[in-house]
Amino acid sequence: MKRWFLVLLVIVLYALHQDVWFWRSAQPIVWGFLPVGLFYHVCFTLAVSGLMWLLVKLAWPTQLEQVTPSIPEEETER
Amino acid sequence: MIPVIVVFIYLASVLYIGIFAFRRSTQRNQAEDYFLAGRSLGVVVFLLSLFGTNMTAFALLGSSGHAFGNGIVTYGLMASSSALIVPLSLFFIGTRMWALGKKYGFMTPVQMFRDRWECSHIGTVITIVQAVLLVPYIIIGVMGGGTTMNALSHGRIPFWVGGAIVAMVVMSYVFFGGMRGTAWVNAFQTILFLLFGAIALGVIGAGMGGFGKAVSELAASPATSALLTRERISPLYFFSYTFIPLSSICFPHIIIFCLTAERVQHFKKTVILYPLCMLAIWLPAVFLGVTANRAVDVPAIQAKLEARKTLATQSATLSPAQKTELRAKAAGDDILVRLLEHYAPLWLVGLLGAGIMAAVMASDSQILALSTMFTEDIFAFYEGKTRFGEAAQVRTGHIFVILITVIAYVIALRWPQSIFDLAVQFAFSGYAALIPLLVGALFWQRSTKWGALAVTLWAAAAVLAVAVFQSVVPAPAPGAETGWGSLFGQAIVSRTAAGTSVLGFLPVVPMVLGSTLLMIVVSLVTAKPSEQTIRRYF
Repeated sequence: MKRWFLVLLVIVLYALHQDVWFWRSAQPIVWGFLPVGLFYHVCFTLAVSGLMWLLVKLAWPTQLEQVTPSIPEEETER
Repeated sequence: MIPVIVVFIYLASVLYIGIFAFRRSTQRNQAEDYFLAGRSLGVVVFLLSLFGTNMTAFALLGSSGHAFGNGIVTYGLMASSSALIVPLSLFFIGTRMWALGKKYGFMTPVQMFRDRWECSHIGTVITIVQAVLLVPYIIIGVMGGGTTMNALSHGRIPFWVGGAIVAMVVMSYVFFGGMRGTAWVNAFQTILFLLFGAIALGVIGAGMGGFGKAVSELAASPATSALLTRERISPLYFFSYTFIPLSSICFPHIIIFCLTAERVQHFKKTVILYPLCMLAIWLPAVFLGVTANRAVDVPAIQAKLEARKTLATQSATLSPAQKTELRAKAAGDDILVRLLEHYAPLWLVGLLGAGIMAAVMASDSQILALSTMFTEDIFAFYEGKTRFGEAAQVRTGHIFVILITVIAYVIALRWPQSIFDLAVQFAFSGYAALIPLLVGALFWQRSTKWGALAVTLWAAAAVLAVAVFQSVVPAPAPGAETGWGSLFGQAIVSRTAAGTSVLGFLPVVPMVLGSTLLMIVVSLVTAKPSEQTIRRYF
């Protein structure tokens, strides 16, 4: 369930990148200097950082932390 | 001369860092130490260096130049899409590649492919295609060094001397420092990028009388209001661009860099902070590029705006030569330099020069990656390591670093930059089309070496086809396009001013979809690797 939720979240965020709704509009100008289209993508970037935090917290491949070197036979013989 | 002096101080610092890293190493003759820093990089150096390795001159100069001509779309097109795709690929692919490298001692992706798919010469084909796509970057780096030194010294340092100085510095720290030196230098460069972005934004903003005023004026003028929206670029083009960052993890210098982390946990902070680093560097660069359109008190920028206006209003009456000349005048790649020259003190212009140097010197990790690929995938694989020993392998790597730098320098002196600029554009699509190699090897048990070969040949052929198409069919005027065939009212293939489109998409879209399809179909109809090999991976 958790896995599918995260997959869905990634897909939703990817879809949100295609923000056609602000395509032809500069208004409102946020804080007096940021056109809304640029402001949206700044927020999008922050949301991506949040998504990555969630992935690290909920889907981190912990099995990779246990990896140890496995030396091939021919190198052991040498 | 102050900017040139600051740049020389920067180059000396970079050399010192490289040599310092070399002295720290106690296992200088071991391949893993030289090529992968002994898989021992700490979390801070790993994050900063990985980010610096991914940033090229484009992040600083090209992005502001693109924003100058196209507006705020540049950020969504290139920065926020990379901010999503690159950390995801590091999370899913980079960590797994790190673990396999740690477990089986892989130092290049091709070593993993050879083991995973039980192949030999197919691995060599992949190495060759990767190397061919990487070489233009190294040449561009040398050219960028020469051009920057020439511009900062107002022509006192000739292009060939500037290029030689930059090539020598890069070669020296890669030669002595190997991956450890390169990583430390890249970390240092990233800090410089971050500092530069913030300082430039503050100084230029103050000089322009505040950004609020500039943005209001841009919005009020019909000629510039479109720069605050994305109407100059189609949604299909915008969507296509999200495929380009798939190339990042496929670049040999990036995937090899993933093997240098001491612990897989280092990826945690890296993937979370990577988008924030993108924001910190790209937002100032794009914003300054857009607002430069109101910096009409800067003579060089005023000349660019006039050239753009002439192109827009008198295009029908201009000869092709006049159009080319006007396009060159209107180009915005030096827009940041022009803003700083006008609004900033000289020392800051020097810092900018150092920042540009840092960007153009991103070729260091590419030179090292090529050297690693040559010594591991070719020299060691074809028995060189067994016959001559590991110390000879590292020496071969050293010699290769010198050779590739000298060759890149000679080519940089003889060939025009436009050719390599174009080759770099194609390389992004080519590497993106190689993504099924990593995804197939790491996540799909049924993938085969024949599927991998089909993907590689497809990527190479597609890059070549687009290159030939664009050289045979001349570019139409901006806004116009020459199309062939029709499907759902859309031209199947079009030649546009910016390049090529397929059904309205950038070529990277059909290239990635085609390579994915080939990996699936060819793998399903060919024999999979032995169960024993598959069990070691899944």
